[in-house]
Amino acid sequence: MSSLSQSVGIVRAQRAQFDTPLQCQSGAVLPRYELVYETYGTLNADKSNAILVCHALSGHHHVAGYYADDEKNSTQEKNPKEKNIGWWDNMVGPGKPIDTNKFFVLGLNNLGGCSGSTGPSSTNPETGQPYGASFPLVTVEDWVESQARLADRLGIQQFAAVLGGSLGGMQAMQWSLSYPERVRHVLAIATAPRLTTENIAFNDVARNAILTDPDFHGGNFYQHGVVPTRGLRLARMLGHITYLSDDAMSDKFGRGLRAGKYSFNYDIEFEIESYLRYQGDKFAAHFDANTYLLMTKALDYFDPARKFNGDLNHAFAAARASFLVVSFTTDWRFAPELSRTIVKSLLHNRRNVSYAEISSTHGHDSFLMQHEHYHKVMRAYLNNIAREFSA
Amino acid sequence: MNVPDQSGFNQSEFNQSGLAAARPDFAAIAAWIPQGALVLDLGCGDGSLLRYLKDTRNIHGYGVEIDDANIEACILNGINVIQGNLDSGLSGFENNAFDYVILSQTLQATRHTERLMQEMLRVGREGIVSFPNFGYWKNRLQILRGNMPVSKELPYQWYDTPNVHLCTLHDFESFCSQHRINILDHRVMTDEHAVNFLPNLLGSTAVYRFQRGK
Repeated sequence: MSSLSQSVGIVRAQRAQFDTPLQCQSGAVLPRYELVYETYGTLNADKSNAILVCHALSGHHHVAGYYADDEKNSTQEKNPKEKNIGWWDNMVGPGKPIDTNKFFVLGLNNLGGCSGSTGPSSTNPETGQPYGASFPLVTVEDWVESQARLADRLGIQQFAAVLGGSLGGMQAMQWSLSYPERVRHVLAIATAPRLTTENIAFNDVARNAILTDPDFHGGNFYQHGVVPTRGLRLARMLGHITYLSDDAMSDKFGRGLRAGKYSFNYDIEFEIESYLRYQGDKFAAHFDANTYLLMTKALDYFDPARKFNGDLNHAFAAARASFLVVSFTTDWRFAPELSRTIVKSLLHNRRNVSYAEISSTHGHDSFLMQHEHYHKVMRAYLNNIAREFSA
Repeated sequence: MNVPDQSGFNQSEFNQSGLAAARPDFAAIAAWIPQGALVLDLGCGDGSLLRYLKDTRNIHGYGVEIDDANIEACILNGINVIQGNLDSGLSGFENNAFDYVILSQTLQATRHTERLMQEMLRVGREGIVSFPNFGYWKNRLQILRGNMPVSKELPYQWYDTPNVHLCTLHDFESFCSQHRINILDHRVMTDEHAVNFLPNLLGSTAVYRFQRGK
């Protein structure tokens, strides 16, 4: 549990408007777009203490802290769990591993997202209608390009570190390849140099759940006043299973029955069914189906070795950053083996790299959890980074 | 919840002379390693040797370590460390990737010692091994008295020791000749003093430098 005394406290989202067209990898061009972001801590005089936190599939710019209106609610005995606390509040804050007393931390909602940055559910100023299916399939490289423009806007020439878990880790690695001189450290957590075939297969099933929902309307469901809720919740339920481990699920739910006995019908019986449906409903109520599709495609497409005939050693030759690579023993969706592949290529290029394989029962979701050793590793590495600019 | 301040480590305060006294094999190893060498340290512990070699020889180094607490210590020490199990081999490292591969006070605790020695010479141009000499007279005396040796170099009781492959200088040298490993140099010492007379009896610690035999 993160105590509020170590929270960054009340935060406020900000917006940046960009009018320089963004040329996407797909060939599409976004003439203009907005990015919504939050910052924590103070940018030092020579702007050398900035950290960019990249988010994963369902993340956003609200990394840490909480909003003012939440505090008002919280006085009315609202469960702190229901407060809109940032998704990585256990990692980012004063005295936390990503210490906002030392670092200036930037989190943004990626392009194509559904939390405020321009995405498929935003209104296309040229048509006055939501972009829907016409929003380009943006890639990890496109995101890094848009993030670099946001850094320019904030006057950050070089990040002390770019970091993230899962899809966020892919962006962090891409930074070291797209802008080698603009990032000193990359922390790539629970991630992969490219998805495995099985991983793409899971994404495809999730996409199919959405694409075949009659309410999807080819991605232009907004105009029909409906939301492909069934598809989205199925996609989330499937995803959620793969982010956990068999052991974690067994420990938490086992074969527990809500009614204590079989009822011989298809209602919710097992605790795990109840949990998954709750997670699916909660997610489908606020997440955009087109964003989900786009994010899974960005995951599938990420493969920096592709331009080099599959040679990851060659791909990482451009990198200048130092790296911390972290994986989790029970993460079968982004298995430790994939992280070791990253490490091997970094060693080939004689990059500074450390690798920690964290024993955790929580599967892929481990990277979001409070875990003593994991947080100590992060804290140790980040403290060393802080020493580079405070010395 | 209070988070302790963990910024205690200060690189400039790193006490090299103190370290060299505490681990006499460090100075012997450093004497063999040229400036700027690429070094892999297997079972690197808290990274002290790599830190020492970085400060005294400006090496570019990486450690391999299995223990969680040591991973944290290495990172705090500013050392590159790769978490892994030496007994699963060195498959994460390419052929001839390093100038030197070091196994400092770890040989005796490895399970697949033969394979590891060969792996060292696959990934490195030369290997360096330091280990406690089981033939040291004080060890022999304890056995003569009927007990397993316990000493500064062998600080464990028989029931909690990680050491499964202890050997004497003679044992190590015949191992090398049987496995076509060329010994290039060696140092034998007791505490920080070099031992040249009857080393297999009077030396408590040995350091060997070797390469693949032709």
